Amino acid sequence: MLSQIRPALVITLFFTLLLGVGYPLLVTGIAHVAFPAQAGGSLIRDANGQVIGSALIGQAFAKPRYLHGRPSAAGTDGYDASNSSGSNLGPLNPGLAKRIAKDAAGLVPEGPGAVPADAVTTSASGLDPDVSPANAHRQAARIAQARGVSVEAVQMLIASHTEGRWLGVFGQPHINVLKTNLALDAALPGAQPKGQ
Amino acid sequence: MDAQGWAEIALTLAVTVGLAWPLGIYMARVWAGERTWLDPVFRPVERLVYAGCGVKPEKGQTWLAYAMSFLAFSIASFVVLYMTLRFQNLLPLNPQGFPGLSPDLSFNTAISFVTNTNWQSYVPETTVSTFSQMAGLTSHNFLSAAAGIALAAAVARAFAANRSGTLGDFWVDLTRISLYVLLPFSLVIALAYVALGEPQTLLARVNAHTLEGGKQVIALFPTASQEAIKQFGTNGGGIFNANSAHPFENPNAITNLIEIVSMNVLSYACVVAFGRIVLARKDARALVAVMVIFVLAAAAAVYAAETQPAPALVAAHADAEVNMEGKEVRFGAPSTAIWVANTTGASDGGVNAMHDSFMPLGGGIAMFMIELGEMLPGGVGSGLYGMVVMALIAVFVAGLMVGRTPEYLGKKVEAREIKYAMLAVLILPLSILGFSAVAAVLPVALKGLANPGAHGLSEILYAYSSATGNNGSAFAGLSANTPWWNATLGIAMLLGRFAYAVPVLAMAGSLAAKPKLGATVGTFPTDGPLFVGLLIGVILIMGGLQFFPALALGPIVEHFQALHALAAR
Repeated sequence: MLSQIRPALVITLFFTLLLGVGYPLLVTGIAHVAFPAQAGGSLIRDANGQVIGSALIGQAFAKPRYLHGRPSAAGTDGYDASNSSGSNLGPLNPGLAKRIAKDAAGLVPEGPGAVPADAVTTSASGLDPDVSPANAHRQAARIAQARGVSVEAVQMLIASHTEGRWLGVFGQPHINVLKTNLALDAALPGAQPKGQ
Repeated sequence: MDAQGWAEIALTLAVTVGLAWPLGIYMARVWAGERTWLDPVFRPVERLVYAGCGVKPEKGQTWLAYAMSFLAFSIASFVVLYMTLRFQNLLPLNPQGFPGLSPDLSFNTAISFVTNTNWQSYVPETTVSTFSQMAGLTSHNFLSAAAGIALAAAVARAFAANRSGTLGDFWVDLTRISLYVLLPFSLVIALAYVALGEPQTLLARVNAHTLEGGKQVIALFPTASQEAIKQFGTNGGGIFNANSAHPFENPNAITNLIEIVSMNVLSYACVVAFGRIVLARKDARALVAVMVIFVLAAAAAVYAAETQPAPALVAAHADAEVNMEGKEVRFGAPSTAIWVANTTGASDGGVNAMHDSFMPLGGGIAMFMIELGEMLPGGVGSGLYGMVVMALIAVFVAGLMVGRTPEYLGKKVEAREIKYAMLAVLILPLSILGFSAVAAVLPVALKGLANPGAHGLSEILYAYSSATGNNGSAFAGLSANTPWWNATLGIAMLLGRFAYAVPVLAMAGSLAAKPKLGATVGTFPTDGPLFVGLLIGVILIMGGLQFFPALALGPIVEHFQALHALAAR
């Protein structure tokens, strides 16, 4: 066993340096030269250069004039981007049924047809940046009313922000909530409520 | 369920197995010490390492020396990683200002990453510094994977050998696999991940002022570099708490495909390499067929389960086509289903959805795949030797039926090898069922449960299955960061790794010493559909049957409760 100690120590230390320090730093260096935007977290900034959020990370929306994301279990108030988490409620947990029933009841008046599943379920990460097309289109009437614009204009904008499946096969169609809301503010500002 | 979903599942699996072939051929060259195109870069590094270690590469080790090296290396890794985590507050690159991890959490986490499990009792964003992620966790993602593949190489040599006393050299295998296989491919995959959107930065956080005027603190890590080896080495430990459901770890369908493929490709490649080293390519193909059949069946079952009406959605009159609780919109049911089959079949343990919120049978299938013994296709390397153990038991059973001494790949399989094989196989039910039975009645353990009723038992069973199988995924509602869970899950991980691997090496030593026989008319063919069927049966009976009573009290009874809830409406 004694003869094993030297190689065990040498290999562990050597590879910790190579694979634990050298490799990640090399990737970081190349990434910052070749793909600086992605490497930094795909941040979106306003005209003053202030960070609004990340294109990949969902954020909370509650105002009627914005497209709303999914319920979130990240952190205490949801959409905590330094505390990602799902609800981890089992399918028969009474707490889950109660939460979904309450949220669904609030959404029924918004549009026709059944409330989409993604509108009343929390995502796995609590930071899902997307909603389903059905969910987004069902919110169009509310958004249009709040902005004083036509429902068709909102529907068209949502449709143009729908991202399809990769190669027509992989993943599901989805709509990025933050990017769509930025586009709404740019293209259909409508009537600005006071104080904004 | 729709045609797109089935196409996605089938294509993902086809790409994985398709890429495993060239990778396996390359890996066989690395195992055999042959020249590769990376020699000009890494040959000098290799020599330097051997000189530093005082290792003579051509000498070779007996099975006992090989096992001792494996253990010594794992102990050294454990000590270094434990210290790194425990004292991360004294180490550089801690922009988060996190304190050191508690002793029980450091113990659990160090064992977890050294055994290629990557069970995580903690929330990384609020616990682990940038330095701990890189030098602590990323490096052991590589090394625990390399150690597993090294053992697979040793087992392959045992079958190829003719009356040999040695199985190769552990230090050489570890070094060559790290340098020639894991590092170059991870580098390429990591850069692809960054291009596709994963962050790679030493910055710890960004403060955002959201569109509605709120504040959002966005945690960042050197993500892509760790994500690459996390999947490629079947590690599965999340850089973020939500693992590959987190948009930074898995931003879109393309990264999702790369991650699914890369978490299984190396395990299949080990089987391909085994076939080439042992000169038994058709037999290796039969092993791959068994693996693919199981993965496909599991993916189909999870896809079916997760598109059943979820009681809570039905009760609220919401659209219940897909159980979206704990799933991401960009992935949906099919991407999640094939991911689940791959991650639980391969002891990866990374997740792109929360298994705890799955329909009862969806979560049950995930648990069952782990309990089958992590060989479908299993962890890198460990999946191959797990499958070889099952193959030996299968030919032994066949031999008993016809009254002949069984052979596998030209080696007589006798009582001694079967005893070692059974010793390894029995450790799973012993640890999983033993620990679960105790935890199910212990108040200090039950405090960690998040869900009541049958689902609570499933959380316990899943935790010990995952730890013993060195998988690392979880029914994550379980609050496992307590001394009881950290300690017992740590021990389960140790048993699953070492109490399995050491008997396997003993078995390999015994096989290597035997003469290599040619096939005769009396040899049971191990490359055809008959053997595939036999092996599937043995895996189901050895792996499945012993867990059935426990599963009946967890996911199966919950399934009937769900049906009852729907029928009552």
